[in-house]
Amino acid sequence: MIPELGHFALALACAVALAQGVLPLVGAARGDARLIALAPPLAAAQALAAFAAFVALAWSFAVNDTTVLGVVQNSHSAKPLLYKLTGTWGNHEGSMVLWVLILALCGGAVAGFGRRLPGALQARVLAVLAWIAVGFLLFILATSNPFRRVWPPAPDGQGLNPVLQDPGLAFHPPLLYLGYVGFAVTFAFAVAALLEGRVDAAWGRWVRPWALAAWAFLTLGIALGSWWAYYELGWGGFWFWDPVENASLLPWLAGTALLHSAIVVEKREALKVWTVLLALLAFALSLLGTFLVRSGVLNSVHAFASDPARGVFILVLLALYVGGGFALFAARAPALAPAGVFAPLSREGALVLNNLFLCSIGAVVLSGTLYPLFADLVLGVKISVGPPFFHTAILPLAAPLLLAMPIGTLLPWKRARLWPVLQRLWWAALAAAGALLLALALAGARVWPALGFAAAAWLIGGAAADLADRLALFRRPAAAWARARGLPRAAWGAALAHAGLGLTLAGIAGMGLATEALVALRPGESARLAGYTWRLEAVRDVAGPNWSARRATVTVGRDGAVVAVLEPERRFFPLGRQTTTEAAIATDLLRDLYAVLGEERDGAAILRLHHNPLAPWIWLGAAVMALGGGLSLSDRRVRVAAPAPRGATVPA
Amino acid sequence: MNDTGSLPHAPPRDAAAARTARSRRWLLYAPLAAAGGAVLGFWALLRGLGTGRYDPRGVPSALIGQPVPDFALPPLEGAGLPGLSAADLRGGLERPALVNFWASWCVPCLVEHPLLMRLAREGTPVFGINYKDRPEDARAFLGRHGNPFARLGADQPGRVAIDWGVYGVPETYLVDRGGVIRWRWAGPLTPPLLESELRPLLRRHA
Repeated sequence: MIPELGHFALALACAVALAQGVLPLVGAARGDARLIALAPPLAAAQALAAFAAFVALAWSFAVNDTTVLGVVQNSHSAKPLLYKLTGTWGNHEGSMVLWVLILALCGGAVAGFGRRLPGALQARVLAVLAWIAVGFLLFILATSNPFRRVWPPAPDGQGLNPVLQDPGLAFHPPLLYLGYVGFAVTFAFAVAALLEGRVDAAWGRWVRPWALAAWAFLTLGIALGSWWAYYELGWGGFWFWDPVENASLLPWLAGTALLHSAIVVEKREALKVWTVLLALLAFALSLLGTFLVRSGVLNSVHAFASDPARGVFILVLLALYVGGGFALFAARAPALAPAGVFAPLSREGALVLNNLFLCSIGAVVLSGTLYPLFADLVLGVKISVGPPFFHTAILPLAAPLLLAMPIGTLLPWKRARLWPVLQRLWWAALAAAGALLLALALAGARVWPALGFAAAAWLIGGAAADLADRLALFRRPAAAWARARGLPRAAWGAALAHAGLGLTLAGIAGMGLATEALVALRPGESARLAGYTWRLEAVRDVAGPNWSARRATVTVGRDGAVVAVLEPERRFFPLGRQTTTEAAIATDLLRDLYAVLGEERDGAAILRLHHNPLAPWIWLGAAVMALGGGLSLSDRRVRVAAPAPRGATVPA
Repeated sequence: MNDTGSLPHAPPRDAAAARTARSRRWLLYAPLAAAGGAVLGFWALLRGLGTGRYDPRGVPSALIGQPVPDFALPPLEGAGLPGLSAADLRGGLERPALVNFWASWCVPCLVEHPLLMRLAREGTPVFGINYKDRPEDARAFLGRHGNPFARLGADQPGRVAIDWGVYGVPETYLVDRGGVIRWRWAGPLTPPLLESELRPLLRRHA
């Protein structure tokens, strides 16, 4: 009964969304206040229906209802309740329901918190969101019904993909979807603005919080995914330039650019056409990611099992939304006359530079991701574009971007002179030079990591210099506290986010100094790596709730003292006949000791040992970046003048 | 319509400005054109997926579409099977054949073994290359689990595996009747793989 109610709720949400897509749009075009006023209640109703559908699905998973096909294929009664629930979105169908739920909740948030929005604009935004919802609800109902029944019921489920049975991955998709769907809202705002033919400072103020929220969630989502890959896949790396990883990075890059150019619209009413284009682009790239992951055109650890019919459906949706958005853009963008004028060397100019480099990096990632697909199809050659391409192509673009970051935040609006800004940054430059020399002295002639540390110090020092400058910390120290309290939170947020990127860079540079060894040890034997002694004590069998495992105990010592005990595992899930590696990691925040258990042969265990300096900083930095975004969101300007972005965080 | 909705579009001051405005106007269509091109490309990819022309899985191999490399392997001692050489594959096979690299010490080889047995029963020629194995272990493996191989070469030093570009065992190649390598799979064969990829390919090259 409950699954049928869920199915019905999905259909209801679709019908409501259809009404929400038509009536307010007609109202806004005719200036009919009654039709315009329909938009918020319809959005609320759609959110309610989508929520009901999601709850029904989650309930089916929680009670392990084996008459539901999705439960049979993806769940099992022996699974812990947490993973039963997260299993709701650990498969294609359920994840689409979560996607639609988050979209509907965002619509509800625009309706609820956007009461100060001009009525016609709000109606158009909600109508565009509704059209997106209609497309994806039809997609679910037509090709991916999550509530499909099987009869007779299976005795029990076939288990979730064990790789997904992990807290990091369980919460990675919802965060990503919050990001993707957040960009659906900025897309809706852009389309609404194009329909109205007006983009002004107020529009920039509405769009920025959504861009910020989406960006912060996407940052967290990507970081969580990267962290998961680091500890779960057991390859010891954190980013593999896998096509699916790239697919999440692309909207992030466009979103980062959007975030910055929206500031220019808000403060100076310039870059309007460009900002609208970025808002369209960020969502287009989100949809592209959805298409790549679910259509089966990619081969990746992340890709869902898929069938081409779904791919065609998503492609049609992509063509409609993205094509429609861009066609509208081509037709209406000339009406968006810029108002603010600025010199090349100014805050605006710096933000344009930021956009230019971010978009170039995005173009590199996009071509590196798609080229192998089309080369296979058109030229018939199998090639893989790997890290060397991305590193060599992105580095020359990232270096000037990083160099300009601290300078840009210190430049005044409209027209600036470079020298006074550089004067305020001299000690950040000193810190960067110090970091470079220190890294060279400590780690030997390893140039790239040392440059990475220098860039990290430059960013963190630059963020500190920015804050010190705004607080007049050195000029009038006595008044600094008062100024700190008066400083807008957006300024704190920006400095924090920039410093967060510095932390991440330091972590990446640290990983550049990582060392690893592949050893075969019998119990009692030991190996040496990075100044530590790694001793294999024993390998034994252990049993978990739905898996059995071989677990090795490795004692890591230094100068005779035990530093850490690592217990890497190789888990076997009999239901899915799958084996996963559970890397053991001991961290003290300055370095990770990392061990993976491989095969055992002739009484010896194959162990891969890694020493990863500063590895945790990569994800710590991302968390700080997201925190900076959150702090910026809580700025008074945003709270007073724009829809409160809290709506975007409604727990899914 | 919202009457404050559209700001007047400032008229261009002179002909040059008008020209730039026009050329910019075309620029605004660039995103649409790019998106259109991408959609067409993806549509072609999806069609390719359906017809088998495009396959995202399978490790790329430089040997796809090439004749099998030169090699000649002795038979496995005491197995009573003929050895395997390039001439056996190039000399006009009646049906497309599989070349399977395996070893008795490899667990996934054991996992895929029933599928090889099934294919051999169905009449697909399956040729084996026993990789870095002890003859007695390999014989025991075949004795215990059955022998799917029509010919079996022993590659104890692993030299031939290098010529074929083998990642690791098990690894399976599809060789068409003319001795050209058409497909490669690194890792154990699975029933879904058999149905979705291998059988269509065997039919296509039959």
